Amino acid sequence: MAEYLVDIKNERLSFFTPAGEVKALNDVSIHLKEGEVLGIVGESGSGKSVTAYSLMGLTAHPGKLLGGNLNFNGHQIENMTEKEMRKIRGNEISIIFQDPMTSLNPVYTVGNQIMEVIRLHTDKTKQEAKERAKELLELVGINEPEKRLKQYPHELSGGMRQRVMIAIALACEPKLLIADEPTTALDVTIQAQILELMMELKEKLGMAIIMITHDLGVVASMCERIAVMYAGKIIEYGTADDIFYHPKHQYTKGLIRSIPRLDTKEHERLIPIEGTPVDMLNPPKGCPFAPRCDEAMKICLREMPPVTEFGEVHYTQCWLNQKEEMEKGASHE
Amino acid sequence: MFKYIVKRIVLGIVTIWAVATLTFFLMNMVPGGPFLSEKAISPQATAALEAKYGLDKPMSQRYFTYMTDALKGDFGDSLKQRGRTVTSIITSRFPVSARLGGSCVLVSMILGIPLGCIAALKRGKFADSLISVVATCGIAVPSFVICTVLMYFLGVKLAILPTIGLDSIKHYIMPVAALSFYPTAYIMRLMRSSMLDVLGQDYMRTARAKGLAGGVILFKHALRNAILPVITYVGPMLAYTITGSFVVEKIFVIPGLGGEFIKAINGRDYTMIMGTTIFLATLVIIMNVFVDIAYKIVDPRIKLK
Repeated sequence: MAEYLVDIKNERLSFFTPAGEVKALNDVSIHLKEGEVLGIVGESGSGKSVTAYSLMGLTAHPGKLLGGNLNFNGHQIENMTEKEMRKIRGNEISIIFQDPMTSLNPVYTVGNQIMEVIRLHTDKTKQEAKERAKELLELVGINEPEKRLKQYPHELSGGMRQRVMIAIALACEPKLLIADEPTTALDVTIQAQILELMMELKEKLGMAIIMITHDLGVVASMCERIAVMYAGKIIEYGTADDIFYHPKHQYTKGLIRSIPRLDTKEHERLIPIEGTPVDMLNPPKGCPFAPRCDEAMKICLREMPPVTEFGEVHYTQCWLNQKEEMEKGASHE
Repeated sequence: MFKYIVKRIVLGIVTIWAVATLTFFLMNMVPGGPFLSEKAISPQATAALEAKYGLDKPMSQRYFTYMTDALKGDFGDSLKQRGRTVTSIITSRFPVSARLGGSCVLVSMILGIPLGCIAALKRGKFADSLISVVATCGIAVPSFVICTVLMYFLGVKLAILPTIGLDSIKHYIMPVAALSFYPTAYIMRLMRSSMLDVLGQDYMRTARAKGLAGGVILFKHALRNAILPVITYVGPMLAYTITGSFVVEKIFVIPGLGGEFIKAINGRDYTMIMGTTIFLATLVIIMNVFVDIAYKIVDPRIKLK
């Protein structure tokens, strides 16, 4: 059991909206060892953030966990009370959000907001917490920490604010850091700085990271494992090499085709994935990607494909892979 | 800050001057006068009265006389209440209205802010619907209806509260209740909508992700952000409430300032109209400065220039 820091098994989670049930997570399994970096990629609404939030017990109303085991560092998250969860949040699991411009409370100083979390989870005195806050600001590469502590969020730039968010997240040296699109709202140059900082801090502090993003470039440079999500399911999972060099699922292939590259010929167009994301209120009966898939077969529209494994970690959920494997098996005989 | 306050005082004086000037000329252009009544007064008597109060002079001359006197702090004698100066009427009546209005503002904040928060937190649930219904009633039902209903049940049927005057704490209950109904309902609605807005903000999610308890999140992180619209409303509301309510004062026979506004206008008591208007305008301006300063204290993003 202690093999994994995070071990999510068959998680099912739905949002019960007035319009009907939205199955945000459908049989999602994820595991992560200490110090590992997992990337979750997928388009908006694919369930990548919901997976991470549910691990922190932060599922927004009207979401409801319907099944599965969520194991984190020996805690059974799904059985924990709100009070027990509060001891873990900000302490053992921390999160940084997409938009640093709005994620800090505008009416309190940076120092106040960092010290708040330190004093909540440790029994440091005010003075000690202040010292720690200064240390943290230095750690995340903010100069003049003494002065910054007294400043309000609106006096800092976006990149600075994200650094402050990281400082808050790391204040209690968490085992797991969830980064929910941490660079989406930032300038490209700042993006690189923030990612670099995160990797540097990971080396220093040894925490595991779950990196949620729709930017394949980000996961390529950072993540050891990658989960590709579509319509509340993990449709492909593997190492960075598996995903980038041996993608098996049509959706993953499409994603990789749609990344701009430097080595293409002039005037070559990017190839988009045709169609629109699934209507989560009325998901198709079979594979959710089938309506957009070029290679879809009849069975794809009827039934959800089972898991096809390639080696130890790499797996997909796709009928095409299933068919290929069967054909391969047949030719071996 | 100091520079800002000086600037606001100067601007305030200009505003008061503009209000006074406008009121002076408009009031004089309205037909009628202070000494017209059903009883026939001889033209000589009217002329004598007008001469006594300087009403026989041309309007522009009267304007300058009034303004120079006002600058010296002399707001003249009341034209209708013989032998009393405008200043003495306001200073004797204002404390009564201020006590009543002040309690009303306190009550409406003490009730309105928590109820609005509860409605926002229990959005869509029974408590929210109940509070919304009460709030709508509070805004829709005029105060004289509330006064009458309260008086009938509490004052007459049950006879547990006095119906006239303001002699003891018990006397305050009904008028304060009647006066507070509207502002309480209004604050409730303001608080509910701004709280809902704040609850959806990203920093609230950050606060939850830190592992803070619900109470800390609500009182530290949400309330301070959500209270701003209420401050905006309460400032000027305070100015209007402490200057009295004609209806409530009339019904409960309270010697407040509210009645004086109406009496002055009905009787064309020119000096009283000017005095009460300038008094109210000054209060509103002062309250707005307080609102701005309170804003600055609550929200550091606001720069006072």
